[in-house]
Amino acid sequence: MTSADYLPILILILIAAPFAGIAILLPSVLGPKNPNRMKQEAIESGMIPFADARRRFPVQYYMVAVLFIIFDIEVIFLFPWAVSLNQLKIFGLIEMGVFLGILLIGYLYVWKKGAFEWE
Amino acid sequence: MSLPTLDFSLILPELVVLITALLVLIADLLWPRAASRGREQAPAVLALAGLILAGLLTLLAGEWSGATLQGMLVADALARYLNLVVLLAAALGLLLSWSYLPHFSTQRSEYYALYLLAVAGMLFLGKSIELITLFVSLEILSIALYVLTGFHRGQLAGGEAALKYFLLGAFSSGFLLYGAALFYAATGATRLADIAAQNAGGFYMLAGLALFLVGLGFKLAVAPFHMWAPDAYQGAPTPVTAFMSVGTKAAALVALFRVVQAAGSVPVGVWATALAFLSLLTMTLGNLAALRQSSLKRMLAYSSIAHAGYLLVGVVAGTAAGFDAVLFYLFAYAFMNIGAFAIASLLERPGFYAVQDAGIHAADGLFGRRPWLAVAMAMFMLSLAGIPPLAGFFGKLYLFAAAVESGWAWLAVAGVLNSVISAYYYLRVVVGMFMAEPSASAHLRLPLPASATLAVALTALGTLLFGLLATPWFQGISR
Amino acid sequence: MVIPLSWYLILAAALFSIGFFGVLARRNAVAVLMGVELMLNAVNINLLAFWRAIHPAELTGQIFAIFVLTVAAAEAAVGLALIISIYRSRRTIQVDALDLMKG
Repeated sequence: MTSADYLPILILILIAAPFAGIAILLPSVLGPKNPNRMKQEAIESGMIPFADARRRFPVQYYMVAVLFIIFDIEVIFLFPWAVSLNQLKIFGLIEMGVFLGILLIGYLYVWKKGAFEWE
Repeated sequence: MSLPTLDFSLILPELVVLITALLVLIADLLWPRAASRGREQAPAVLALAGLILAGLLTLLAGEWSGATLQGMLVADALARYLNLVVLLAAALGLLLSWSYLPHFSTQRSEYYALYLLAVAGMLFLGKSIELITLFVSLEILSIALYVLTGFHRGQLAGGEAALKYFLLGAFSSGFLLYGAALFYAATGATRLADIAAQNAGGFYMLAGLALFLVGLGFKLAVAPFHMWAPDAYQGAPTPVTAFMSVGTKAAALVALFRVVQAAGSVPVGVWATALAFLSLLTMTLGNLAALRQSSLKRMLAYSSIAHAGYLLVGVVAGTAAGFDAVLFYLFAYAFMNIGAFAIASLLERPGFYAVQDAGIHAADGLFGRRPWLAVAMAMFMLSLAGIPPLAGFFGKLYLFAAAVESGWAWLAVAGVLNSVISAYYYLRVVVGMFMAEPSASAHLRLPLPASATLAVALTALGTLLFGLLATPWFQGISR
Repeated sequence: MVIPLSWYLILAAALFSIGFFGVLARRNAVAVLMGVELMLNAVNINLLAFWRAIHPAELTGQIFAIFVLTVAAAEAAVGLALIISIYRSRRTIQVDALDLMKG
């Protein structure tokens, strides 16, 4: 890839950036302005905010995050495997079956132990 | 593209341990109520059976030779001896867990599954001759041990120990990996044999080896990278401490040995001198700190650090005789150290919410309460101090002799001096057991579960006989 | 234009040092863990840079990086679980507040 191949991207940036900038700046120049206290509150779907947004999350989110990390990242092994499956043939299929089987045991274990239940 | 040749027969013991770990987990899923029907020890039985089967497979396998899995693992005499020492330590630790675990946890299957995974990681680490495999094995054993360290959830110190162990362990992995990346940069290879064959010199190799040594030094609890070890060893459930203090050391030492052999282009004098100073620092710091401990378990933890220093002497020697001595000492250490922790665990009062650690005077007057236990403990202490004719004496003899032969006389002298220092705190326990009155807090009836008794008997027998009988088997393993 | 190898190495070394500093200086266990992750990812940059610049013939560097990623994820999961467990019993995850054991 030479630098010439990036030319369309450069043109796109040159067009898009001023467009976005103008769209943001124009209303603040042209639009009418009469602020009051209610209008300055943070918008929370029309409700009046009742607590700080930076509060502690329930620990269940952590549980889900932890499980997500584990099962999500193992997918990374599927990519090189999928690319070379043509050469690995049946052997590769069995190997990946073993790998996913072990993950499945872990998944079933976590499920049965109730880690997916919110309460 | 040719398909890789895989000879699974060479890693049969490891596979047995892994499959047993999965079986322990699956069994818990299939029969969740087995515990209520008087089969609460089923996971322990299964795990022990797996360990024994793996041990038998290791013993009965013919001449192990050659690499498997595309040159990532090797089955050689070194790996066979490592398998045996790790499986021995694991089986003894499991016997201790048998009666210890029910004091504070009902999650036996998780405990034993993690325990077996740690064992598998150690076994694979001993066979690794490739950097990626080495790293992954090291992490398998470490991650399992992080969780086991904090397994006693009612006890605050356990979680604290686990977190410290985890943070410093992960931290050290960073160094190890940086070193591995530099090896890769210098040679383009991750197989140790290829790295050695490249014979690359220069900054990358030197810096890579240095970072690698720092990473492994953390895992081995070598000073000045030892600060996690006393806390982790004290906070962990005692059977886990007993097992990991031996198993991790054994596996990491074999990995260290293989790596320094592969980094042949780095002048031997450079890494050997560095290791010699680490060894000196480790044994001195470990012994001096052990002198002023008030908890028996923490004293043994520092003693364990000191022993990492002694073991490094054999690696510093750099010869086959030196590493044969390391393997010999590891066996002796498995017997005497696990025996000592076994007695420490019997003197503790574990409960669901907290463990009352055995203080330094917990063993006082033990001879009056349980004479045979006191005799066994005296043997472990004397053997750890290196007093003939016990196993520890022969171990130290071979280690220091190998060091002298390869020109490291000053290190051997330092080792002997350190043994003298260590004798003070070991003998203090012995004197207390035979001379002192039981402390007021000592509970009158000392329960003696059958499994732990078996472990103590086996370790005592090993400590007594191993040094006298086993020497001929340890010639020329490391070649 | 090809970016020279040394730039990647400097970037990786800087990231590693930032992570290193984070581990030593931060008191919050989660922040320490983030420092560790930075260190591991710095190594990944190194591996990929070395692969691309010095040894592009075989994929070893990439494969190594994939393994580092997955192991780091497993480690992070275990670490977070430990931190949660400690927070439940101690109501703090400040590393220097964990000082039950001394000597």
